[in-house]
This record gives sequence, C-alpha cells and structure tokens, in this order.
Amino acid sequence: MSSSLLHAHGLVYRQQGRVLIDHISLSMNAGEIVSIIGPNGAGKTTLVRLLLGLLKADDGSIERAPGLRIGYMPQRFHVDPNLPLPVSHLMRLASRDQHAITRALQRTQALALHDTPLQKLSGGEFQRVLLARALLRQPNLLVLDEPAQGVDIKGQAAFYRLIAELRDELGCGVLLVSHDLHLVMASSDRVICLNQHICCEGHPDAVSTNPAYLELFGEPALEGLGVYTHHHDHHHNLHGDAIPEHDHSRCSHS
Amino acid sequence: MNHWLLDAWIAGVALAAACGPLGAFVVWRRMAYFGDTLAHSALLGISLALFLDIHPALAITIAGLALAIALVGLQHRQTVATDTLLGILAHTSLAAGLVILSFFDNPRVDLMAYLFGDLLALDRTDVMLVLAGTASVIAIISGLWRPLLAMTIHEELARAEGLPTTGLKLALMAMIALVVALAMKMVGILLITALLVIPAATARGFSRSPGQMAILAAAAGILSVSAGLAASLPLDTPAGPTIVTMAGLLYLLSLAKPAQ
Repeated sequence: MSSSLLHAHGLVYRQQGRVLIDHISLSMNAGEIVSIIGPNGAGKTTLVRLLLGLLKADDGSIERAPGLRIGYMPQRFHVDPNLPLPVSHLMRLASRDQHAITRALQRTQALALHDTPLQKLSGGEFQRVLLARALLRQPNLLVLDEPAQGVDIKGQAAFYRLIAELRDELGCGVLLVSHDLHLVMASSDRVICLNQHICCEGHPDAVSTNPAYLELFGEPALEGLGVYTHHHDHHHNLHGDAIPEHDHSRCSHS
Repeated sequence: MNHWLLDAWIAGVALAAACGPLGAFVVWRRMAYFGDTLAHSALLGISLALFLDIHPALAITIAGLALAIALVGLQHRQTVATDTLLGILAHTSLAAGLVILSFFDNPRVDLMAYLFGDLLALDRTDVMLVLAGTASVIAIISGLWRPLLAMTIHEELARAEGLPTTGLKLALMAMIALVVALAMKMVGILLITALLVIPAATARGFSRSPGQMAILAAAAGILSVSAGLAASLPLDTPAGPTIVTMAGLLYLLSLAKPAQ
C-alpha cells in the first residue's frame, strides 16, 4: 500500500518580506513515516501549518487525496489553570463514542489517565493523550509536531516505537516534526532536512552522511553516530539562505 | 415583595444565568479586560442612541460589536500588544462617549445611572428585553458549546479540524456585547464585568468539568443577585454595587474551601 496521500508542489511562504518556506515540494504516501528535521526557526512548524491548511501559501499547490483524514497532534499545549478539564472531557469533544475513546486511550497506554485533569499530566502522559485524541479521527495521515518535547530519552524511544506500531496497524502515513534527529531516525522511512528550503532528503542513513545535513547540525550532533564526512557544498548566512561554495550536485535544492 | 423589586429580581436572575456560562469562557479565554473594554464603549453606544433616537440596548450592542471588530482588525496588524490595544480602545471610547454626551442638554442623561446602574429605571419592557436577550445567549452557548470549548482548548487544533474559529470568536464577542447592553441598568457600565468574572472564579474551585463550572457560575451569580437585592433594600444602598459586593464576598468565602 503506497498510494499518495498528499502532494505539495513548490510551496513558498513569506512573512513580512522574509521567506520562511522556499519552494518546497514533498509527498506523503500511505504507510510511510517521514521525519522533518531542522534547527529552530527552520520553518518546520510553518510547513506543517501550510500542509494542514492553517496558512495559505504565497505560491505553489497542495493536492490532498480524496477522503484524506488528518489526525493532528500539536506540540504540548498550555491549558488555562481555570479550565477544569479531565482527559475524558477532552476526548469526548473529539468523539461521542465512548468505546472508541476507551480503545484509543488503551492503545496509547493512557487509559489510567481517563479522569486526570490535563494540567496534572506529565510531558509523556500529555503526549500519549494527544496521540489517542488524534487516533479518534481514524486518520490515514498522522501529523505530529515535536511530539517528544519535554519527554525523557526512554520515553521518546517508547513513543516512536508506538508510532511505528500504529503505522503498521493502521497503514497510515506519519509526518513527524522534530528538532532532535537521533531518535526520529530509527523509525523513519525518509528524512527531510529543512532550513527554509529542503537541504537534503532521503533514507536516514543517506541523510546522516549528507554534507548539507552535517552543515546544518554540526559535528556534535554526529558524535553518537560515528559518521563524519566533511564535504560542505554550501553554508547558510544569517537569513538561512544557502551560500554555495564549490559544487551544488550533492545537495538537492528544489 | 413589591412589584418593581420582583421585576428587578427576575431580570437579575436571568442575567446571572446567562453570565455563568459566558463568564466561564471569559475566564478561560482571559477576556476579562476585553469585557471591561466593551463595557466602557457602552457610553459611546448611549450617545449613539440619543443621536439616532434608537433603543439604548440596541445601540450599545452595536457599539460593542463595532469595537470587537475594530479590535480583531487591529490585532491582525500587530503593532502593539493586545492589552495596550484594549487600553486604547476602552478609554478612547469612554472619553468620546462622555464628550458626545456633554453636547446633550437632556434630562434623560443621568451619568451616574449609566455608570453604576439604576434599578428604579427598570421598566417592564426592559425586563422583557433582558429575558429575551439572556434566553438567546443561553441558547447560543448551549448550541455552540462543543465548538466553543474546542476552540478555547486549542484554537489551531480546532481550526485544523475544520471549525470556523473566527466566526466562533465573533459569536462570543457578540454575546458579551449583548450582555453588557442588557446588564447596564442593573449594575452599570463600570461593574458589568464583575458579573461575568467573579461568579466564574467562585465556581472554579468546586468544578471538575467545564459544564459544571458554567452551571455553578450561574448559581453563584443568582445567589449574589438575590443576596444583593435583598440587602440593598433595608440598607438603602445602590443595588448594582451591592450585588457586586455580594459576589465578591461569595468569592472570598469560596476560598475557605480546602483545595482538592
């Protein structure tokens, strides 16, 4: 099963004259986990908002497969302390089907949190509740924005395993956004390295040796991986624009 | 119990019942200062009513809506922070209202009555208006409860899932504008926000769900209105301020409850 869920072509988004998204094309297929990585300010969240239809692109187009249901999991969010909101009520706003709610919470190991107020959840608990909420829509595309924020390493690994399992069970596509690549990579079929434009993309192993990726994340990011190929072909100025040095062929600018 | 006091009580209870759920949203969405700004613009609405010779409640609602739309427009330009913007709009509209009112040499213009309420001026038409207005506010809030709550919890998520958040926000603002217009004779422009904020804050400590908080806020409001009216008669104090004082006392009392 590899039907196309979503295809974006040549997306451009500007804000107050600054180009935040520079001619980005990407497609998502069913059953595929795609990770978007990039430093802070690379335009990751802007790209997600464009794909979700929350922002209108200045240029380019997005084709969505008919019947596409997106389950969106935003970054951990702030709930006003004056709003008494147990997990059960959050879930009931997304679905009136109590059985479906129980099943979804069970699947993400969050059923024990059913009656807990949102304000009392830890980072990892909040994440599992939001994932369960996204599942209620029976999505064929899951969009997860920085899902591992405020979660310890062990929790992150468990969460990404859960995502991979859900992909296998539901056959859905998963679009994952992260600024931290180590744990993302293992479960990804494809990694897109973003810094306003797509610096490089491909299989995790290929990306981790790509000079554009090395340039973006620097040497310390790779110490754990033991891979080091120092062939810059461009670097970025303060605006994030790519400045070519020798040869452009190694990096896919779209 | 004499006639006008019963009328006033009925109107007050209806207002408190609408202010309960509406006030809960004001508290959750941190719109207290926005409510104040709408209330300040009410004086501009009154001057508008005198100019155009239309019903004050209608004029105040229109002025409030115009202000809400101006605010949304100015927010999009993002030149100054929202609280600064509210400060500008609140005081400019209050000042402009006072300036325009000063042109009228009219016995109908009793500034104190507008600012602090005038229960004695409440007639049968007003009571009917309050009943109709609050009934529609309660009907709209019940009808839009789920989308309003979803938007309050996470606006972007709600929008991604297809909710018309701009329309919902405008509906909420319109309801606040309407309640301000209806409550003016009861408690006065300067004290209206109290009816929205204080009962909701009182209800918070006793609530485990949003719906519970809305209903308990209405109950706290009704209690404050009843106690305030009952006390204002023997004490010979102005009704509006007495009601708000009661609401404040009730809030203080609620703090005595040990936290869960």
